[in-house]
Amino acid sequence: MIGQAIADGFLTGAIIALGAIGVSLSLQILRFANFSHAELLTWGAYLALTFVAFAGAGVSIGPLSFGWPLLAAVAAAGMGTAVVALAVDLLVFAQLRARGAHPLTLVFAGFGAALILRNLVLLIWGPEAHYYTSELQIAIEVMPDVRMLPDQIFVLALAFAVVLALHLFLRYNRLGMAMRAMAESPALARVCGVEIGKVIRWTWIISGALAAAAGVFSGLTVQLRPEMGFNLLLSLFTAAILGGGGSLVGAVIGGLAVGLAENLSVLVIPAGYKAAVPFLLLLLVLFFRPQGLFGSMERA
Amino acid sequence: MSAFAGQLSYFIFFATVTLIFAMATLGLNLQWGSTGLFNAGVVGFYAIGGYAFAILSAPPRPELLANFGLPWIVGLLGAMAASALAAAIIGLLTIRLRGDYLAITTFGVAVSIQLVTLNWEALTGGSLGMTAIPRPIAGFFDSSLDANIFYFVLMLGATAAIYLALESIVRSPWGRVLKAIREDETAAIALGKDARLFRLQAFILGSTIIGAAGALYASFIGFLSPFDFTPILTFQIWTMLIVGGSGNNRGALIGAVVVWGLWTASGALISKYVPAAYQTQGGAVQSILIGLVLVCTLLFRPRGLIGEEPVVSRHAT
Repeated sequence: MIGQAIADGFLTGAIIALGAIGVSLSLQILRFANFSHAELLTWGAYLALTFVAFAGAGVSIGPLSFGWPLLAAVAAAGMGTAVVALAVDLLVFAQLRARGAHPLTLVFAGFGAALILRNLVLLIWGPEAHYYTSELQIAIEVMPDVRMLPDQIFVLALAFAVVLALHLFLRYNRLGMAMRAMAESPALARVCGVEIGKVIRWTWIISGALAAAAGVFSGLTVQLRPEMGFNLLLSLFTAAILGGGGSLVGAVIGGLAVGLAENLSVLVIPAGYKAAVPFLLLLLVLFFRPQGLFGSMERA
Repeated sequence: MSAFAGQLSYFIFFATVTLIFAMATLGLNLQWGSTGLFNAGVVGFYAIGGYAFAILSAPPRPELLANFGLPWIVGLLGAMAASALAAAIIGLLTIRLRGDYLAITTFGVAVSIQLVTLNWEALTGGSLGMTAIPRPIAGFFDSSLDANIFYFVLMLGATAAIYLALESIVRSPWGRVLKAIREDETAAIALGKDARLFRLQAFILGSTIIGAAGALYASFIGFLSPFDFTPILTFQIWTMLIVGGSGNNRGALIGAVVVWGLWTASGALISKYVPAAYQTQGGAVQSILIGLVLVCTLLFRPRGLIGEEPVVSRHAT
């Protein structure tokens, strides 16, 4: 029982972590809590669905339920979602930044953007649930009493690879370093000649692409619904805050913690309350350690 | 019923619901407009008010733990007490958080409350909801139109009373402290004001008003289900405040009329012209409109329709 809950927790956690990185980047680099970020997950999932609908599911790779087209769809959805994120920034957030609006005004704008983005999905793709493929899969026993679908193992591995790539990018790439500099101190970064506009653009591109990956993985392991991202919103914020708002490793560990807590909680509380678990975790963190597990006091 | 009576009845219904939302918006304006507290869980307090009212005043049902059939006014006061208590507990835990963290926490509160209404079937009736929630002096009126007109007058009186009370509160020394905290918390603390205590008081009072609005809604409609309390309601009430102009109680009232009017009118148009098979998509268009109104207000008219009046101390100059 516990082993299975832990395995499921890692899977949910990996998906949440990918989404939480975007929330974390916007908290740190753009300096506001973006309530519309969860909708980017939904957009990513549906853009991939559209891609798969045109390209066909292809021949399944080994034990997986999907073929190469779905992997291409992840990449296409990542690009498409990055475009959506950039468009929202251009039309809404950039205007407010240019005016020097209060950070909380950006949060309200995020509310509005979220309503629009979520309901556009509903308008375009309809309210019913969708699936990428109708292939049936047999769970493999990866450890005694722990069963996972091949798709789930694939998702875990790919999420890990994505996070590792991003870590290397932020650590060694010039642009990545500029992003970290801006997260530390926007004013200092500006003085040091960091191109603010470029960093902001890349923040949206990376956030959007990771959100799309999270959305596709979520759609692959459960199903696609217009409210799928919105239902993860609280988990994403909890993971980002748990991780300290800014640090990438923090957001990933935060995501895993949320995923594990949700899945382990089912052993002790009725499953209907599972969605409240991230909130309880959030309350605990904010009460005892508002700067997050890995954050510095500066943002508290 | 004649065509005129039909239109009158429709108008009375619309106006009553508008007043209920206007009351909730006034409560939010005390929190955000006057104090700068970001409550993103408006619907949670609204739901607590509604459910507490139903539990206290609906007639007993064997399958539910509690339904006391108490008098209407006891239900209303109880609902306000319940939302005040919830706000006090949540406020004590979270009031010291900075703006967007408070927003996320209160958002979580609303999500959790909706889960409770959905899952604690013995108390809340679960997804089937609560029925036979009474109105005051039920049975006194012969026609439903008369009963609706009476409720409309009641709501008008209640909203006016809260409006006048809030107007005098924000002009009182207590209200001026709230504004001082909103503008510059450090300065207010330096002047010896316990900012945390004042913020907590404003949070509790605002949530109590929102809870009262929820109770009056439950009483007016006579039926409650968890699906009446989805997060979109929070966004609608926020949009009302921002469109009208936060920091101004008249703005809260005007915003409620404009936004609920837009919502109702677009809903009516959609149900008339959109084929039945696409009604869900029609609902999406309504939500997109609300989002657009919110974003466009922030972009093109950040102070809202009327905005806050600048106040200059009479000691200035």
